[in-house]
Amino acid sequence: MRSLIHPRRLRYVLAAVLTLVAILAACAQPAPGPAPAAEGIPADAAAVIAERGLTPDDVYSAVKTYMPTGQYDPYIMFASGGQGGQVLVIGVPSMRILRLIGVFTPEPWQGYGYGGASDKVLEEGYVDGRELEWGDTHHPGLSETNGEYDGQFVFINDKANARLAVIDLRDFDTKQIVKTPNAINDHGGTFVTPNTEYVIEGPQYAAPIGYEYASLDDYQEKYRGLITFWKFDRAKGRVDPSQSFQIELPPYWQDLCDAGKGPSEGWIFCNSLNTELATGGVELGNPPFEAGTAKNDTDYLHIFDWKKAEAAFKGGKAETINGMAVIRLQTAIDEGILHFTPEPKSPHGSDVTPGGEFVVVGGKLDPHVTVYSIDKIKAAIEAGGFDADVYGVPVIPLDKSMEAQVELGLGPLHTVFDDKGYAYTSLFLDSAVARWTLGGPYAGKNPDEPWKLIQKLPVHYNIGHIAAAEGDTASPDGQYVVALNKWSIDRFANVGPLLPQNLQLIDVTRTGDQMKLLYDLPIGMAEPHYAQIIKADKLKPFEVYPEVGWNPDTMTLDPNAITDLTQARVERNGKNVEVWMAVVRSHFTPERVEIKKGDHVIWHLTNIERTRDATHGFALSGYNINLSLEPGETQTIEFDADMAGTFTYFCTEFCSALHLEMAGYFLVEP
Amino acid sequence: MKSIYAVDSDVKVLLPDGSARRLMDYLVPSALLMFAALLLMASTFMPYWSMTLSAPQYPEGLRVDVYINHLEGDVREIDALNHYLGMPKLDEGGRLERSISAVAILALGLLLMAGVFVHNQWAAVLAIPALAFPVVFLADLWIILYTYGHSIDPESPLGSAIEPFTPPLFGPGSIGQFGTVASPGPGLILAFAATGVVLIGLWFHRAAYKPIVDARNKVKASTPQAARA
Repeated sequence: MRSLIHPRRLRYVLAAVLTLVAILAACAQPAPGPAPAAEGIPADAAAVIAERGLTPDDVYSAVKTYMPTGQYDPYIMFASGGQGGQVLVIGVPSMRILRLIGVFTPEPWQGYGYGGASDKVLEEGYVDGRELEWGDTHHPGLSETNGEYDGQFVFINDKANARLAVIDLRDFDTKQIVKTPNAINDHGGTFVTPNTEYVIEGPQYAAPIGYEYASLDDYQEKYRGLITFWKFDRAKGRVDPSQSFQIELPPYWQDLCDAGKGPSEGWIFCNSLNTELATGGVELGNPPFEAGTAKNDTDYLHIFDWKKAEAAFKGGKAETINGMAVIRLQTAIDEGILHFTPEPKSPHGSDVTPGGEFVVVGGKLDPHVTVYSIDKIKAAIEAGGFDADVYGVPVIPLDKSMEAQVELGLGPLHTVFDDKGYAYTSLFLDSAVARWTLGGPYAGKNPDEPWKLIQKLPVHYNIGHIAAAEGDTASPDGQYVVALNKWSIDRFANVGPLLPQNLQLIDVTRTGDQMKLLYDLPIGMAEPHYAQIIKADKLKPFEVYPEVGWNPDTMTLDPNAITDLTQARVERNGKNVEVWMAVVRSHFTPERVEIKKGDHVIWHLTNIERTRDATHGFALSGYNINLSLEPGETQTIEFDADMAGTFTYFCTEFCSALHLEMAGYFLVEP
Repeated sequence: MKSIYAVDSDVKVLLPDGSARRLMDYLVPSALLMFAALLLMASTFMPYWSMTLSAPQYPEGLRVDVYINHLEGDVREIDALNHYLGMPKLDEGGRLERSISAVAILALGLLLMAGVFVHNQWAAVLAIPALAFPVVFLADLWIILYTYGHSIDPESPLGSAIEPFTPPLFGPGSIGQFGTVASPGPGLILAFAATGVVLIGLWFHRAAYKPIVDARNKVKASTPQAARA
C-alpha cells in the first residue's frame, strides 16, 4: 500500500509553516550605541585645559556636572524664588534651570494670571479681598509617603502674607493658594508630616490673632504666634481648610520647623528667636530688634505633639476665629500639646535626622549646633514636673533634652543629612559648609569619630539654606549638597549693582574631608531660600495632557472643550457672546470674532494637539490676556468688551513654521 | 514524534475499489486548511502595513499601523501635519474596505473550512479568495496611496510647493523634512503564510481525495450498465 504522507516529509512541511509564523516574532535588534569616551584626555580637550588653566579638580568638576544634550539629570531640585514669588525647577548635577513655576506672582510665559483659570487661583490668595501681585516664597516642601518624597505635590509658603500654595507635579502647575486665616506673615513652612497628613506653616513675626490693631505696649498680652496645620486631601490635590486648625503660641517669633519621623513621628519641632519679647523702636531709644531679640542666651525650641493637637481639634477643643479652628495656648498647655526646651539664641534651622532620633538646631550667634534626643524629650515629658515660662508652657531643662553639642564655626543655620552618617550645616558668617558626624545609630557609617567637625568647605558667599539629595527624607541619597548662597560678589561678570544669587553644587560622595565644590548656578530672577532635591525618577509628570479638552484646574475633562475643528463656533445669546475656539498648528478656528462694544465674552480655547511640546499661546492685544495652551489643554477667559476697535489675537509660543500666520482678528464694533 | 503522525494508524480508509489508505492522509489536508483559516483570522489582530516617519523635531518618530479594520498610531498628528500639504485625512482612504474587512476575512476563513468538506477539485475554487487576499490587499493599498498622494489641495499652505506623488508601498521615501519607511506588518505576513499553508493543504487534499474520485470512476467503469439501472 502506498502512503502519501511519510512522517519525515510532513515534519518538514510543518517546520516550514512554523518558520513563517516565527518571522512574526522576530524583532529588530537595537543598534549598538556610540562607544564611551576613551580613557585619557583627547588632545583637543587637553588644549582647552591648558588654554584656560584648568586644574585637575576643575576638570573633574566639569566632567561630573556635564550633561550631554538629551541626557537627563538624576536629581531635580525645587527651589523657592523668594521675592519673585515663584518656584524654580533645576536639574542636578548639571544645574540647568528647567522651569519656573508661577505661584504667588502672575507669570506671563506660562499664562499664569492673565485671563485663564489661574486668575482664580491667584484670587483665592487675596488678603481680605485686596489683590496681591507678588509673594515671598521661602521653603518648598515635597509631599511624602512614609517619610520619603513621593513626587506628587510640592507646597510653598508666602512669608510676606501668610499664604500657602499647592503645586501639582503632574503638570507642575499651581492649583491652589490659601490665605492663612488670622496670620499676616509666616516663615516656618512649608513642611509635611511623614504621610503628608498635614502641611504645616509656622509663624514668624507675632501679631494679634486676626492681625487686628493692638498697641505694641500690649505686646505680651495681645500679640501671638500661630502655627497652622493644613489638612491635605491627596485625592483632590487641595488643602481642606475645614479640616485644618491652628495653635496659638506665645509671641516668640517662631522660625523654622520640621516634622519628626520614625521614633519622633507625631512630633513637630520649631525654634523661636524672640523669647525676649522685644518690640523694637530703635528710633525711640529702645534696642533695635537685632539686639533686643538676642539679649537672652537661649530661646525656646517648641515641641508639639501633633497627634494630641489633632485629637483636641477633633474633640471640639478648638475655638473658631475668623472661620478657622484655633487651639488656644491654654488648651495646648492643658492637653500636653506644647513643650519648650532651651536652645542657643536666635537659631535658624531645626532639622530632624533621617531616622528621626535627633533634632539639630543651629544657633546663628552660637558656634555650636545643639542636638536634642527625642528619646530624652519623650522621657522628660513622661516624667513631667517642669518649670513654666511666663505663658505657662512647661520648659524641659536643657540637660534633660540635649544629646550633644558640636562646635562648627560662626553662624550655623540649617542642617541637612546624607546616607553616610554626616550632617551638613550652613555657616553663614564663615561662608562655609560644615560637614560633621552624627553619633548614636549613625556612628560607624563612616570612618570618622561621632559628633565631630570633619571639614569646612568655603562657599561664595554668605550661605543661607543648604539642600541635600533626598536630604529631608528617611533615606537621604548623599552624592550632592547645594549651598544656597545669598551673595555672589565677584563670582560672575558684573551685571550692575543687583547681583544674582549663587547656588553652588558640592560633591559629597567621598567620606572624610573630601567634599568638593563643583559648580555655580547664578540665579538672576529670584532669591531662593530653601530647596529640596528629589530623585528624578520619582516624578511622573504628563508629557501632554491626558485627553484633548483637559482642564488643568479640575484635572478632568472640561465641559466646554472641543475635540476638533468642526466643533469650533461662536454663539450669541443677547449680550453674551460665547466662543469655542480650536487651537492647532498653525491656525485658530475661528479666525474672526466680531462682536459689539459692551458684549460679555466667554471664550473657551482648546489646544487639540497631541504632540509633545506643541504648545500654543493666545494673546489678545489690548485686553491683558495671554494664555499658554499646552497640548490637550482647555482654558476659558471671560471679559466685558468695553473697548471698541480692531484687535488682534495671535499665538505667543513659536509653534511651527507658520507660527506668525497663526493669528486672528477680534473686531469690537462701537 | 512519530506517534503524532501515526494517529489511529490501525484505522484504514477503504476506497470504493477496495484499496485502503491511512486515516492520516485525510486528516492532514483538513488540519492544514483549518490552520490557514485560523492564521487569516489571527491576522486581523495585527497590523498589515506600517509607515514610520522621522524628522528632527520628532526624535521618537511618528508611526501609523494599518490593520485590516482600523488605523493605529500617530494618526492625529500625521493628519495635523498633512493639513499643511492639503492631503486628505488618513482614514479617508479605504473606508469601505475597513468597514467590511472583518466580515470578509470571516467569510474567507469559512470558505477554507468548507473546503474540508468538499472532496473534489471544487475545494481549490473555494480557496481562491483566501489565496488572492494578500495580493488584493496590496493592490488596494497601492491605489489608496496613489489617491492620497494625488489629492493635494492647491489651496493648502504648502499645497503649491508639492508635486503629486505616490508613497512607496515598501521601503524608504521622503516628503518635506520627513523620511518615511513603509514595511509589511505581521498581519500581512500571516496572510501570506496562510496562502502557503492553503497551497500545501490543497496539495495534500488533492493527494487524498483524487484517489477516491479515481476509484469511483474505476468502479463505475467496471460495473455492467444493467446492474446500475
